[in-house]
Amino acid sequence: MDFNSDHFSLFELPVAFRLDPSLLDRRYIEMQSRVHPDRFASAGEAERRLSLQWATRVNEGYQTLKKPLSRARYLLHLAAHDVGSENNVAMPADFLVEQMEWREAVAEARAAGEHHELEHLHHRLKRDIGERYDELAVLLDDKHDLEQAADRVRRLMFIDKLLVEIDDAMVACEE
Amino acid sequence: MALLQIAEPGESAAPHEHRLAVGIDLGTTNSLVATVRSGLAVVLRDELGRPLLPSVVRYLSDGGNEVGYEAQARQALDPRNTIGSVKRFMGRGIKDIANRESLPYVFDESPGMLRMHTAAGLKSPVEVSADILRVLRVRAEASLDGSLVGAVITVPAYFDEAQRQATKDAATLAGLPVLRLLNEPTAAAIAYGLDNASEGVYAVYDLGGGTFDISILKLSRGIFEVLATGGDSALGGDDFDHRIFCWMLEAADLKPLSVEDASMLLARAREAKEYLTFHGVAPITGRLNSGEVVDLKLTTEIFAEITQTLVAKTLQPVKKALRDAGLSVSEVKGVVMVGGATRMPQVQRAVGEFFRQDPLNNLDPDKVVAIGAATQANLLAGNRAAGDNWLLLDVIPLSLGLETMGGLVEKIIPRNSTIPTARAQEFTTFRDGQTALAVHVVQGERELVSDCRSLARFELRGIPPMVAGSARIRVAFQVDADGLLSVTAREQASGVEASIVVKPSYGLSDDEIAGMLKDSMAHVRDDSLLRALKESQVDAQRLLEAVRAALGADSDLLSADELSRIDGDIVKLESAALGENRRQIMLAMDDLEADTKDFAAQRMDKSIRRAFSGRNIKELDGAPVTVKTGETA
Repeated sequence: MDFNSDHFSLFELPVAFRLDPSLLDRRYIEMQSRVHPDRFASAGEAERRLSLQWATRVNEGYQTLKKPLSRARYLLHLAAHDVGSENNVAMPADFLVEQMEWREAVAEARAAGEHHELEHLHHRLKRDIGERYDELAVLLDDKHDLEQAADRVRRLMFIDKLLVEIDDAMVACEE
Repeated sequence: MALLQIAEPGESAAPHEHRLAVGIDLGTTNSLVATVRSGLAVVLRDELGRPLLPSVVRYLSDGGNEVGYEAQARQALDPRNTIGSVKRFMGRGIKDIANRESLPYVFDESPGMLRMHTAAGLKSPVEVSADILRVLRVRAEASLDGSLVGAVITVPAYFDEAQRQATKDAATLAGLPVLRLLNEPTAAAIAYGLDNASEGVYAVYDLGGGTFDISILKLSRGIFEVLATGGDSALGGDDFDHRIFCWMLEAADLKPLSVEDASMLLARAREAKEYLTFHGVAPITGRLNSGEVVDLKLTTEIFAEITQTLVAKTLQPVKKALRDAGLSVSEVKGVVMVGGATRMPQVQRAVGEFFRQDPLNNLDPDKVVAIGAATQANLLAGNRAAGDNWLLLDVIPLSLGLETMGGLVEKIIPRNSTIPTARAQEFTTFRDGQTALAVHVVQGERELVSDCRSLARFELRGIPPMVAGSARIRVAFQVDADGLLSVTAREQASGVEASIVVKPSYGLSDDEIAGMLKDSMAHVRDDSLLRALKESQVDAQRLLEAVRAALGADSDLLSADELSRIDGDIVKLESAALGENRRQIMLAMDDLEADTKDFAAQRMDKSIRRAFSGRNIKELDGAPVTVKTGETA
C-alpha cells in the first residue's frame, strides 16, 4: 500500500464518479480500525507518528470521496483538469440569472421568517442537485467529457453555496 | 502494546499482564474516577465508600489544601479560599467570566489565564484542577495497588483548544499520563453503546454543572462515529441554582449580601433544585449573618417558569447539531441523558417533547461519563480482549482557521471534521520584499477574527525578498486524536519553515508547568523523582514487550543486520531498566525506538495490506469489527 497513492486506490475502488457509498464506508472503517491512533495509544513514538499520518490520510481520502461534489472535483484534479475557484470563473448568463432568482427567493423567505418556504426551497434544490449529479456521472464515467464535466462542477459549486445560504436562513428563522 | 495490537478480529493480542488505566470525569460540580476490573467498569470509591468527589478545593494559609466534601463543607465559611466550579475558568481570561462580580473569589488582574488570590497564594484553574486530579490519582493507585499507565480524561465536546490544553496541563501537573482526552458525550455513548449494543443514530444531551453539550452519534457494528457536536460552554446546572438564588433575593426582598451570606443562600438554592426532582415543593430556610431569617417555598411550577429560558437555550445547539449532521428529529433513535442537571423534570420534559420520545435514563447520569472513559482507557492501555474491536471516530467541535487581510477568518479545518485530520492552504506575501509573515491561528465559526477565539500567533521569518504575491507559503494544520492542533508554515521555494504546537494564549508553557510542579512538591509528599524512575521502568518494559511481540510476529521483514542491532538494543535496555539511572533508561529506549522505526513502518504497511486481503470472508457480514456486548456495568 502506497501512502501517496490516490484516494480511489487507497480504498481499492475503481476511479469513477459512480460509487457504492456503503462499500466506501466499509473500506474506510476497515482501514481506520487498522491505523487509528487509539490502536497505538501505548505504542512507541515511531508507530504513534505513523498511525497519526495514516489515520489522517484515510480520513482525508474518505472525506474527499464521500461527498459527490468533492469527488467530482478530485476526479477532475486527477485528470489534471482543475476547476478553479468559483470566484474567478465566468458563468453563462442564463445560469447566473437563475441563481439570482433563487437567492432572491431565499432572501424574501428569510426576511418574512417563512420557515416552511425555506424548507420547500431546500427540498426543490436538493432534487435539482440530484439530477445534476446524474448528468455529471454520465459526463465523467460514460462520455469522459472533462470540459463539460468541469462546467457542471462549477455550477454545482454555486448551488452548494446556495444550499448553505438556505441553511443559514433557517437558523436565522429559528432564533 | 500496539505494534502488536494489530491482531486479526477474534484473535487476541499477545498475552500480557493487565495494565492499570483509569477514566476520569473531571466535572464542574463533581469528579469521578473509574476503571475496568475483570471486564467490568466500576467507579472507584473513597475510604468512606463515596463515589463522587466534589470538585471543590479549599486553600489553607499553611500552603496546604483540602479537596472534596471537606472543602465543600467549609465553602460557606471560607468562600474566598474555597474554589468550586473551577472547570468554568479553565483556559479562560478574566474577561471571559460572566457574572464574576457575584463570585466570592479575588481574581488577579494580570492578563493571560485568570488566577485567584487564596490563602495559599495565587492559584490558576489548572493548579486547582490538578489538586482535584491528584486526589483521584491517589484514590486509584490505592485501590488498584499499583502505578497507573495512564488516564482518559473527559472534556465537554464543546471545549475549545485552550480549555483542552489547560485540562491536559492539569493532568501533567497531577502526575497523570494522559492516554486521551475524550469528549464527554462520546464517553456516555460508549457506556450506553456497549451495554445495549445499540445500532443507529443517537443524541447525547449532556447538561452538567457548568457546561452543556449535545452530540449526534452514529453507532454501527462497533464503530462510534460522531456526526456533529454543539453546545454552550457557559451553561449548566449552576445557572439553574443562580436563577433560584435571584428569585430568592426578589421573593424575600433582600439587601445586598455579604460573600458568606450569598454563598450560604446559593447552597440552599442548589439543595432546593435537587429536592424538586422528587418533590412538588421545596422549603428554603436560612439565617443571614444579620440574624434575618429567609423562609421561602419554591414550587416546581415557579422553578420551571424562572428557568424556562435556560432550558430553551439548550435546544438551539441541538437544532444546529442535527442540521450539521444532516438529520431530522425523526431519524434519532434514542436520546441519552448525561449530567446530574438532566434529573430536573422540566429538562426531561423539554427534551422528550423536542425529540418526541422518552429520553434514556437507565444508567446513572452522574457516573455514565466516567464509566465510558474507563472503558476507553482500558482499551487504549492495551487491555484488549478478543472481540474488543470497537473503535471511536471523533470530530473537532469548532472550526480552525487563520487570520487573513482585513481581520477576516479563513477556515482551514471545518467543524465536525473527523480527527485526526490535516489540511493545508497556500498563502502569499502582500508587500514587495516582505520577509516575514505573521500567522494568527483562531478557532470559531464567525467570519471576523475579533469574534473568534485566538489560539496562537507565530511568525515565519527569513522569507527571501520577492515581488508581492510571488512567495508561496504553505500553512498546514494537523489535529491529533486528542483534538489538539499543531501548525506549520513553510515557504515553498526556500524551504524556510516555522511551526508551533498550539499552546493557546491561555495555556501554560512547559516552563510554567515545571515551576508549578516544583512548587506543589513543597506541600505534597509525592516523591516525583522516584515516580519518574518508576514510570520510565514501566515504559521500558512496555516497549520491550512490544518489540519482542513484533519480532515474534514479523521478524522475517528484517535483515540479519537489522535484527542483530535490535537484539543488541534490547539487551542494553533490559539491563538499563533494572538499574536506577533514569537517563540511561531513556537513552536506551531512544536507541531501540530509532532502530525499530523502519520496522514499524513495514509492519504498518503489512497490516494495511492485510485489511484488504481476506476481505471476501468478512464482507459477508459487512464489517471486520464486532460489537462488544455485556461485560461493562
